[in-house]
Amino acid sequence: MDLYSLTLTEVAKKIKNKEVTIKEVLDSVYSRIKEVEPKVDAYLTLTQELAYDRAEKLQQRLDNGEDIGILGGVPVAIKDNICTNGVKTTCASKMLDNFTPIYSATVVKKLEEAGAIIVGKTNMDEFAMGSSTETAFAKDTKNPWDLTRVPGGSSGGSAAAVSADMAFASLGSDTGGSIRQPASYCSVVGLKPTYGLVSRFGLIAFASSLDQIGPFAKTVEDAALMLNVLAGHDKMDTTSANLEKVDYTEALVNDIKGKVVGIPTDFITDGINKDVRAAYDEAIETLKNAGAQIKEITLEYAKYSLATYYIIATAEASSNLGRYDGIKYGYRTKDFNDLDELYTKSRTEGFGPEVKRRIMLGTYVLSSGYYDAYYKRAQQVRTLIVENFKKAFEECDVIMIPTAPNTAFKFGAHDASPLEMYLEDIYTVPVNMAGLPGISVPGGFDTNGMPIGIQFIAKAFDEKNLLQVAYAFEQNTTYHNERPTIEEGK
Amino acid sequence: MKEYEVIIGLEVHAELSTNTKIYCNCSTSFGADPNTHCCPICTGMPGTLPVLNEKVVEYAVKAGLATNCEISRFSKQDRKNYFYPDLPKAFQTSQYDLPLCLGGHIDINVDGNKKSIGITRIHIEEDAGKLIHDAYTGDTLVDMNRCAVPLIEIVSEPDIRSADEAIAYMQTLKSILEYLEVCDCKMQEGSLRCDVNLSVRPVGQKEFGTRTETKNLNSFKAIHNSIEFEIKRQIEVLENGGKIYQETRRFDDAKGVGYAMRTKEDAQDYRYFPEPDLAPIILSDEYINDIKNSLPEMPHIKKERYIKEFGLPEYDAEILTASKKTAYFFEKANAICNNPKAVSNWIMGDFARMLNEKEIEIDESEVTEENLACLITLIDKGTISSKIAKQVFEDMFETGENAKEIVEKKGLVQMSDEGAIKEIVQRIVDANPQSVADYKAGKDRAIGFMVGQIMKETKGKANPQIVNKLLLEIINK
Repeated sequence: MDLYSLTLTEVAKKIKNKEVTIKEVLDSVYSRIKEVEPKVDAYLTLTQELAYDRAEKLQQRLDNGEDIGILGGVPVAIKDNICTNGVKTTCASKMLDNFTPIYSATVVKKLEEAGAIIVGKTNMDEFAMGSSTETAFAKDTKNPWDLTRVPGGSSGGSAAAVSADMAFASLGSDTGGSIRQPASYCSVVGLKPTYGLVSRFGLIAFASSLDQIGPFAKTVEDAALMLNVLAGHDKMDTTSANLEKVDYTEALVNDIKGKVVGIPTDFITDGINKDVRAAYDEAIETLKNAGAQIKEITLEYAKYSLATYYIIATAEASSNLGRYDGIKYGYRTKDFNDLDELYTKSRTEGFGPEVKRRIMLGTYVLSSGYYDAYYKRAQQVRTLIVENFKKAFEECDVIMIPTAPNTAFKFGAHDASPLEMYLEDIYTVPVNMAGLPGISVPGGFDTNGMPIGIQFIAKAFDEKNLLQVAYAFEQNTTYHNERPTIEEGK
Repeated sequence: MKEYEVIIGLEVHAELSTNTKIYCNCSTSFGADPNTHCCPICTGMPGTLPVLNEKVVEYAVKAGLATNCEISRFSKQDRKNYFYPDLPKAFQTSQYDLPLCLGGHIDINVDGNKKSIGITRIHIEEDAGKLIHDAYTGDTLVDMNRCAVPLIEIVSEPDIRSADEAIAYMQTLKSILEYLEVCDCKMQEGSLRCDVNLSVRPVGQKEFGTRTETKNLNSFKAIHNSIEFEIKRQIEVLENGGKIYQETRRFDDAKGVGYAMRTKEDAQDYRYFPEPDLAPIILSDEYINDIKNSLPEMPHIKKERYIKEFGLPEYDAEILTASKKTAYFFEKANAICNNPKAVSNWIMGDFARMLNEKEIEIDESEVTEENLACLITLIDKGTISSKIAKQVFEDMFETGENAKEIVEKKGLVQMSDEGAIKEIVQRIVDANPQSVADYKAGKDRAIGFMVGQIMKETKGKANPQIVNKLLLEIINK
């Protein structure tokens, strides 16, 4: 068995027990990358040289009998909107194509302190705006399960990299589903933690009140291990919560007898693909058989999430992306006569169409005279959504819904109507609006053999319950054992 | 011509004298090399986040309490979005609808008339950087040292009716901020500056006229002159049947001319919204009370105390307490020599004149409190005359030397030996028979001439009372 196909937990153990060297593991991953990356295009930057340097140092420390951390020597990938000191961080945008930060995100520091080795930076939708990674500036990432289809987005590269065994785990960011939806499309585990559980310092902002960093992994166990490393207060991010340290691996017990799983029947309606629906119904049976209590609940405001999301997220984005003005760093137009032209041309040439669409939407909803009708109203609805979930969690421990209404689609499928693609986020966005934790776990395949994800949602900071139910679901199914072919599908 | 009433409201920006910036640990000190006091956070690099400096809140609350404001238990910060090269994030973090302090007032004094000026609000915000135009290359460069230096904006009610009232308001506010030590108030460095909102209306008219806003005035003179200019301009426009447009204006103090920058029509839409990267500011009663109890004695209270405790005239007390540094100097010097009126006279007289000439502040002078007290003691003991003292003080001011040493070194000790003085007086009388005759003919000026001659002879050291006494004795003999 090739080393790259192991889980994170397995490989970390083998390194620690000196069954393999870190270099051997890294060799295996980079040879896998050499083999499949030309087909998948998950990475924007590979950091091979830095990775081997680091591997050598970690191995020395390990050989000296030092503890090199719970991720000691494990190769991981980082989404390209998370800053890495000295390594290009582009947000898959022409605007930041030449940008190299002089600081690392807190999560990157934490991963490194835990012994992880960064193998590369992954492709994404430009500035994390999109659900297919098609808005990326440089290239399209392909779905390892069918190279003619999208990997989902915006963290498509991070999902594809783990799915195709080009990293044992990766980091993504999730503003409206950008971790969970590609996890679903690529049949990996994708966890969006509670807003505030993981520091956002160093994450290039899309929508500050919604963005959250989280891991992709091959198993729920690996995701829990990653969360152990990532979670925790950061004094550099005042929106990060200051809570007691939790060991999330304690949740990894295959026992959900008596757990109440909420099924929001009023939210899962006609728009859903029939194969996804079937997988969802099967998931309900699986949990029932494992001893969980299934309870119908209502989430009457959840259906307004998407509309409010596209007001709040675009409003914040329009402000967050103002700094890309051609003055200080990033893309600057070659030819301009005055300041206005420098701004206009740099931004017109530097941003892609989806980013511009959202900046315009956001600018509009914040404009004087429209603020009350849009932004303020959206915040009021957001409060109702938060309350809605609070009430629902009085009746259940976790909520289960599909991660996405459809499976991975073909490239260009939504080109004619970009707003249609926004609907792919219908089941993931409410979770961001309410700031809750959500996880997507492999839950089946459609008739084309494309993966289907099942999503679990828990109360704020209740990742333990979330992981426990997700783990039990995973242990009582086999979908996570299937590997992609990395070929073109039918 | 109709009679007009002037309506003025001021927006004052005060840079807070915290050591570090509002959202990062960079230094706020003035005058460093360009772009040496900045970091990824205050230059708005991608992925960075702000962390609010708690001192900023404390200083703003102090200013609010000292100006009789209500302190908000819940306030938030908002983004004011606009593009400019000195604003690296393309938004200024400020406070929009829920500022820290609301509804206060301060009392001002114009020509002996007291008046209360309302404070609408005080909010915290960050400063922008500076653009520097390189005349040689024609380039425009950005210095980000000032980016995110904390500011408070103090907005007054439209209660001000003249340039003099505006100046009195500014002076009072400056003195309050200095006493609180929340702002160094160096107007020439831009740490205290103001925008003037001004309109005029015919006396008796109820509605306000259209107002203009003159931006960024950073000296009392500029404030005064720009107001006089704008009043005159607006009245002229109205008298000629014209219309005042709501616009932003600039005032060129060197030329004494104001001009329009942009009208309301092309005013920017700042798209304010709550800053999602910063939690709301929630203050407890305990926090506010602790700050209230730590406030220093404020100038108007100190003034009353000076009148009562030191028996100083109101005029002296007003001037001495206007600046905390002056009051501090006064108190310390007086504690040593215990002659409040003399200390006051020196501070308000020669000392003030010399500080003005040199354009320095009292605490930047070579003259220490101990040294001035020493000089006054020398006068009080009769060791030197007041006239000599002026000369000694000039030396002290220039060199920083001790008064006593100067007096000794230069041999300036007053001559009070009657025998010795009498001898000189006799010599001068004998040498000037004409003057004696003039005096006897009723020309009093002749005495002055002879006193001058005697003082010249004694290099000014002769005790003037003794000289006068002996001179009259000898002439009238």
